[in-house]
Amino acid sequence: MLQLKIKQQHKLKMKFICQLSEIPQLGARRVTRNNGGEIAIFRTGDDQVFALLDRCPHKGGPLSQGIVFGHKVACPLHNWSIGLNDGCATEPDVGCAERYAVELRGVEVWLDTAAPILSQSALTTTIASNVIPIAVV
Amino acid sequence: MQKVRLVMVGNGMAGVRALEELIKLTPDLYDITVFGAEPHPNYNRILLSPVLAGEQTINDIILNDFQWYEDNQIRLYTNKKITKIDRKNRTVEASDGTICEYDRLLLATGSNPFMLPVPGGNLDGVLSYRDIHDTEKMIEAAATHKQAVVIGGGLLGLEAANGLALRGMEVTVIQFAGWLMERQLDETASKMLQASLEAKGLKFALKANTEAILEDVVNPGHVGSVRLKDGTVIPAQLVVMAVGIRPNTELAESAGIHCNRGIVVNDTMQTYDPRIYAVGECVSHRGIAYGLVAPLFDQAKVAANHLAQMGIGRYEGSVTSTKLKVTGVDLFSAGNFMGGDDCEEIVLSDPGAGIYKKIVLKGDKLIGSVMYGDTADGSWYFKLLRDGTNIGAMRDRLMFGENNLGDTGHQGQNKAATMSMEAEVCGCNGVCKGAIVKAIKEKGLFTLDEVRKHTKASSSCGSCTGLVEQILMFTAGGDYSATPKLKAMCGCTDHNHQAVRDAIKTHHLITIPAVMEMLEWRTPNGCASCRPALNYYLISTWAKEAVDDPQSRYINERSHANIQKDGTYSVIPRMWAGETNASELRRIADVVDKYAIPTVKVTGGQRIDLLGIKKEDLVSVWKDLDMPSGHAYAKGLRTVKTCVGSEWCRFGTQDSTQMGKDLERMLWRMYAPHKVKLAVSGCPRNCAESGIKDVGVIGVDSGWEIYIAGNGGIKTEVAAFFVKLKTSDEVLEYAAAFLQLYREEGWYLERTVHYVQRVGMEYVKEKVLNDAINRKALYERLLFSLDGEPDPWHEQIKAQVDTRQFIPVAVLT
Repeated sequence: MLQLKIKQQHKLKMKFICQLSEIPQLGARRVTRNNGGEIAIFRTGDDQVFALLDRCPHKGGPLSQGIVFGHKVACPLHNWSIGLNDGCATEPDVGCAERYAVELRGVEVWLDTAAPILSQSALTTTIASNVIPIAVV
Repeated sequence: MQKVRLVMVGNGMAGVRALEELIKLTPDLYDITVFGAEPHPNYNRILLSPVLAGEQTINDIILNDFQWYEDNQIRLYTNKKITKIDRKNRTVEASDGTICEYDRLLLATGSNPFMLPVPGGNLDGVLSYRDIHDTEKMIEAAATHKQAVVIGGGLLGLEAANGLALRGMEVTVIQFAGWLMERQLDETASKMLQASLEAKGLKFALKANTEAILEDVVNPGHVGSVRLKDGTVIPAQLVVMAVGIRPNTELAESAGIHCNRGIVVNDTMQTYDPRIYAVGECVSHRGIAYGLVAPLFDQAKVAANHLAQMGIGRYEGSVTSTKLKVTGVDLFSAGNFMGGDDCEEIVLSDPGAGIYKKIVLKGDKLIGSVMYGDTADGSWYFKLLRDGTNIGAMRDRLMFGENNLGDTGHQGQNKAATMSMEAEVCGCNGVCKGAIVKAIKEKGLFTLDEVRKHTKASSSCGSCTGLVEQILMFTAGGDYSATPKLKAMCGCTDHNHQAVRDAIKTHHLITIPAVMEMLEWRTPNGCASCRPALNYYLISTWAKEAVDDPQSRYINERSHANIQKDGTYSVIPRMWAGETNASELRRIADVVDKYAIPTVKVTGGQRIDLLGIKKEDLVSVWKDLDMPSGHAYAKGLRTVKTCVGSEWCRFGTQDSTQMGKDLERMLWRMYAPHKVKLAVSGCPRNCAESGIKDVGVIGVDSGWEIYIAGNGGIKTEVAAFFVKLKTSDEVLEYAAAFLQLYREEGWYLERTVHYVQRVGMEYVKEKVLNDAINRKALYERLLFSLDGEPDPWHEQIKAQVDTRQFIPVAVLT
């Protein structure tokens, strides 16, 4: 049996990234990090922002390069639809991209890059698809 | 809030499918109760024949087990026949007195076998062939008795006869008509079928009329033989009546609901009582009662849509086709296969090899087909029939099937049944036959779309579609039937590509939001499928007026380079007609060194591809190359391939390289519904392979021959001769006019070959060759669209390239 203890939600360390206007509507920009992969920040048609690890759960395609529609992005490599809110692929495809905490403060975009958000739904799917869990203590 | 009460009468495939669709749409709206007359949960009735034949078991064909009803909180009453509907008080009553109230009622009562009114029809051992109970009785009889008679030589009768023969019985089929399956086959195909069934041991009495079923002398009350009108007596301890089915309308009629050979419904599957819906074999829609699964599932979907209070679906009827489920017999029929006045027939008959194919044409349309022995192309013919495709251009090759027109990706296989489970069916997505069969069985898939969604098979290039349909057929017992309609663009709208193009033109729409508002898009900003199409339609219809929307372009066109599997990009600079020089090559070499580009590759289009470039480097790579964009990433003009031509070649008759350069300089920066490739050869040896290009030009001594609508891709399509011209100026004008016609009328992602197949070569000739004024107008419109178009690599602002995309918005340490 797979036994998991999940790390408590870490304390958020939000950092200023950019002005909202620097991300095109229905588009995305990338944030590079020294540790860990790039993060994609998406801006939807209704001016909400979302942040996901810039890797499609399918074959690692850079989601920041996809077409944004509604609250989803289509991966540029094989057109999987990934939900921006939960990072998960639309059924029947299975798999989730890591999510990061992001928020709008006025017209400023702030992001926590320290660790991905752990959610129950994301975790179960991760186990179900036989991918190594994102955090095991 | 109290849930709305939905009661369904009948627990068969169509009805339960409607519930499945309904639960998908709105899981909590209804409190659902189902009454089934049989003791079983929903099973696949189509697969009773394989069960009878011993190839599958009852358990194999259960579609929704009892647990499914429980999981979805559906109250299921089995063994309860509803005998009365009280429409005033909105209740139904079962034969045992159970009363159930409804707010909405769904009738899915199916059909009843038609029993011949002959003496002795009520004897023991006389059965119909309709449900699990009948099947079990037949299996039981086959174990204890020797001889059987099947009355009815149609689809069902033959499947029953075959199953009983496989269980060791001596079976005689009595057929009233002159040949078997007279509603699906012509006489020739039928005789071949008969011969192969006779080889399996079946006997036939044709043009035979059953007079009476006689009692067994030693076993009173039980059937003993069947007597025909001509006096022949055939001994039989089992008689199966399979002369037809009738929509079961008894309940509906008793409740005063209008019926006419079926419960009459409208396009939203409502009966004359708007609270009461009906789907399945019991229904008569526009005068037709369907008995095949695909149309019934279409009906189920529409009924569910309306029950879910979405109110957008409409069922507009289906075209159907037939396939016999007798192992080892391949047979297909669709449409008007008998022909008739003003029809023409193309027939291939090879009795020795057991192959017969007939296609029936009316004008330039295929209207029917019947095939025996080799049915691999059934789905293709059926598609041509259903879509009303203009087949004029391929008429001479039609008989030899789709494979004959060029096909790759599945090792030339065209018979799914003979493939092993490990064999790869879909070469694009690496899906083997076993995976498809497994998904169909485990997930209960019935349609091609469902298989595509779950397995990805046939979802990329589509060349294995025929194989997947065959697998679907023998695994789930599906059929080729489908609703004939122009497919909606995507899930965001019910409008098809043509309707959208027309609306943009008629209403002078110049922005994506304007189109979405006018055509009532269901999503706030479309999807990755419709937005690029809309963007193209706008800029191709209203050149210089509609403004390009980069966010509605696929990444390659947004970043003007080709994305690769690792997220890097490739860059292909333009080399006019494939000609280069030392200075360009030197610059390319310097760029490769400076940016440590890992792979340099010569392309099929006579250019040089630099692969593995980081997105951050793209802008400076373009600048350092100092060559025009090759648009190798665009749905638009790619390249003009040429041979060296008369300037060097000892065989050359024309200066093909110069012609190629002129064409490429005229057409570059041209966006189109899909990629466009040209070639120019200087003589008929055709070294530039002009025969598989969208526009292929071949120089001959007296001028140029133009070929159009070729394709070297998934399906190799040879370009068709278009026109012979004298001067290079004419070549430019005619090529441009054809491409502009395609740009203005083609659907997004439709290559020239498919465009020409859709509208017909005659139409294109009419517009471009026969109408000089129109040709010149098309030519002018293309030049106008391209005039002053910027090179996105070197005029980024003018080309609206968002250069912010190339650098990260932030770098965090």
